[in-house]
Amino acid sequence: MTDNIDVLIIGGGPAGLAAAVKLWDLGVHSLLVLEREKQLGGILRQCIHDGFGLTRFGTTLSGPEYAQRFIDEVRERNIPYITNAAVIGIKPQISGGSGGTSARQPGLRSPEGRAAFGWSAVSEQNAGRSVEAPELKLVTAATRDGLRKWQAKAVVLAMGCRERTRGALAIPGERPAGVFTAGVAQAYMNLYNRMPAREVVILGSGDIGMIMARRLTLEGAHVQAVFEVLPYPSGLPRNIEQCLNDYNIPLYLSHTVTNIHGSARLTAVTVSEVDSQMKPIPGTEKEYPCDTLILSVGLIPENELSLDAGVTLDGRTRGAEVDEFFQTSVPGIFSAGNVLHVHDLVDFVSLEAEALAESCARYLSSGLPECALNIVADKSVNHTVPMRISGSHDVPLSLRPSRPFRDCRVVARQGGVELASKPMKKAIPAEMIQMKIPAAKISASGDILVSIEAGVRASCPSEGD
Amino acid sequence: MDNLFDCLVIGGGVVGSAIARELSRYRLKIGVLEKNLDVCYETSGRNTAVIHGGFAYNTGSLKARFCVEGNRGMTKLADDLDFKFIRTGKVLIGNSEEDMASLKRTMAQGERNGVEGLTLIDGEKLHEMVPTVNGKFALWSPNSGIVDPFMYTIALAENAARNGVKYFLDNEVTAISHGTDGNYCVTTRRGVYHTRWVVNSAGLGCREISDMLGLTGYRVIFSKDHYIILDQRCGVDVPLPRYTVPSNTYMGIHVTPTVDGNVLVGPDAEERPALPRSAGSSAALYDVPQKNIDFLAEDASILWPHIHKKDYIRTYCGILPKWVDENGVIQDFKIEIRDDVAPRAVNLVGIESPGLTCAVPIARHVLDMMKEREPFEENPNFNGRRKGIRRFADMTDEERAEAIRQNPDYGELVCRCEKVSKAEILQAIHNPLGVETMTGIKYRTRSMMGRCQGGYCQMRVERMIEEEKGRRETEVLYNRQGSQVLFDKVREAQR
Repeated sequence: MTDNIDVLIIGGGPAGLAAAVKLWDLGVHSLLVLEREKQLGGILRQCIHDGFGLTRFGTTLSGPEYAQRFIDEVRERNIPYITNAAVIGIKPQISGGSGGTSARQPGLRSPEGRAAFGWSAVSEQNAGRSVEAPELKLVTAATRDGLRKWQAKAVVLAMGCRERTRGALAIPGERPAGVFTAGVAQAYMNLYNRMPAREVVILGSGDIGMIMARRLTLEGAHVQAVFEVLPYPSGLPRNIEQCLNDYNIPLYLSHTVTNIHGSARLTAVTVSEVDSQMKPIPGTEKEYPCDTLILSVGLIPENELSLDAGVTLDGRTRGAEVDEFFQTSVPGIFSAGNVLHVHDLVDFVSLEAEALAESCARYLSSGLPECALNIVADKSVNHTVPMRISGSHDVPLSLRPSRPFRDCRVVARQGGVELASKPMKKAIPAEMIQMKIPAAKISASGDILVSIEAGVRASCPSEGD
Repeated sequence: MDNLFDCLVIGGGVVGSAIARELSRYRLKIGVLEKNLDVCYETSGRNTAVIHGGFAYNTGSLKARFCVEGNRGMTKLADDLDFKFIRTGKVLIGNSEEDMASLKRTMAQGERNGVEGLTLIDGEKLHEMVPTVNGKFALWSPNSGIVDPFMYTIALAENAARNGVKYFLDNEVTAISHGTDGNYCVTTRRGVYHTRWVVNSAGLGCREISDMLGLTGYRVIFSKDHYIILDQRCGVDVPLPRYTVPSNTYMGIHVTPTVDGNVLVGPDAEERPALPRSAGSSAALYDVPQKNIDFLAEDASILWPHIHKKDYIRTYCGILPKWVDENGVIQDFKIEIRDDVAPRAVNLVGIESPGLTCAVPIARHVLDMMKEREPFEENPNFNGRRKGIRRFADMTDEERAEAIRQNPDYGELVCRCEKVSKAEILQAIHNPLGVETMTGIKYRTRSMMGRCQGGYCQMRVERMIEEEKGRRETEVLYNRQGSQVLFDKVREAQR
């Protein structure tokens, strides 16, 4: 049996919940949140440290507290949600035939215009059959109550991200127990009350790794050091200060783990210095006896469902390629939060999801304008979100520098004309930059190039922060 | 003597378990002594998982004979025991005149060995069959295939166990003596066992056990093979195994799909005079060094230029024991009963590739040798069929709906990457062999085997082992003795 619905939100973490509340308040009440875990809240449930909500609520909250604010909002409104519901497929469907009452929705833009973005053959078939109806998406989820299916006019992807693993890095050596990603160690400790470590080495200066350095220390483990392969830290300066420096945990930049020892439980890791190409320098190997290696080496937006739905991903964010309305390459499928691009602060996840909700509501009521202007980043910028804009609205642009800069300027240009710029004393990859591009200056055609113009390149941005 | 076994099989890998299962066709008291906590921790679970055609081995050798026989029987075996086997076919890809001559020799040898369907194909046909590969022509072997090596071994063992074979896990053999009563006394790290017959199918430990039996003098070298596993995304481009033209020494680095759609790159076959061991341990050293990872990717890219680091999900290695003569030339499988030195002891030495393909023919051969010396009474209750755990991931939506209706645990997904339900994890935890390690659950369900490598599900699996088996958190092991996953609770529960 298939139910019809206007918006299906996949993921009940910060992005999904914020989108749900906002959509509800905008009058979209045919709405459902699907969450694979037993409770709402997503990864925030295990983030028991504070520091959440400074931007959004002007106060510092723990992860569960931050999530609870949104969960309360969802419950106050009686927004429907199902937990323990794992979505296993999203398929854009050909509508018109058996779609039922929601299959026809006047006023929506024809999908034909999307062909320019390499949209799938499904849309073209559909265009031939019915230009009026929106593309419905068939969403299938496994629940204890059965295999459930919905036909949704719009789908919001809010699945978050996963951690990069040892296997993905192909760290050489043996395969003992005791090698955990930081999030796994965090889940063991904070959700399962289990202590996974005593004598610890941490690879990667991502925020979760540093937060776990503190957490492990507070629970009696000994954290010997944090090693970072890059010449600058990956995480936020405040975490270096509060999680490492306050506990005298040294951070070694330009170092990496080059061997893992132990046939049963980890016994030691070998650490080497790396050169400017991030290649280990022979002769610099040092062995650190330890029983646990914690990896905080990056997050990857979890987009297997998006790929399944035919959504085009961006090679750099590994999230969906989206326009200024957070709409993906498949019309009616939207994406925000860490599944779109990895954020450093949850506050921005919520804000992004709320912006998505506004676009999604508009998609349902009147359709969205075409976004034909590409935003192109040069080598100084790791990525931008969105990747395409309409040019008819002011657009807040999110971006990350590809390396640290000092006394720099973030600039957006179109055909040599400067559209917007933002001077910055310091820009680091760990901190997302946001800059508004005013519609008034945008021409009807031509790529918009975003770059960071360097002052002096920072060699060690952690100092004096 | 109550605890006298008719036969003890030393080593519960694919060959040992196949032998145990063949033995269980007869009214015998059978035990398997396995040094690890599960049955596929060494060579049986660490290989390319290819079911070979049988063309690569010298005509008249046991390797050739058993390989052809094993290949022919694999479809029925996989059906009987419910493990995944796909007859993908395989291509050996060449470019030069020398390659062509070598492929023709290989083909002729294969035909002499009784391999069916071997065909030389041109570049056009090759690219039609495998579009993303580099090469001018190929030898096509339609009967080659791929298998799930873990479930293949586990299925043999579970079926043997179901037919009365007793598995003694965590029982590394340390001594064997031949008593005056003619029986063998086998000492392990956990106990002493008495038996009339003994089978050495110890794989990597074949020479040590052979020595314990008094069958000394075998020279065994070891080939350490390294692999990279690529994401299932890559699997769509690799419908069947593609090999380079084999040289005399080894088969070259291949690109091989797995039955679950991942892609394997490897092996590189590093020869070692002795079994490499982990520091401070008797366990084999299964490390994967950086230089091997880099070499694999570089070398295999010539054949298939689509290997990208972003698709790596894991690396691993396996070790093959090879019996060699005094000149270091690799010999055939050695399968013997030396009535003069060690009567009623079946000695298997140098069971390496294609051992996975050959396991059941080897087992039948072993039984024939035993039955030449002693009549065995048939076991009328033997049932050679086994049903494995039904996988949510392999079901159609209709089957899923029905499975959840019958058992709601099928509707609760524990592992997202591989779509493994709670029902499957529970069945795996209560497996017939009594294995309760994390990797034991992984091999039986594929949880923790996907692209997130257990980032999402390992905590739940660990918790379920604790609850279902009544273990403390400190008792849950990753794979081996000493591989504890957790040290303590963070806090004791407050009252």
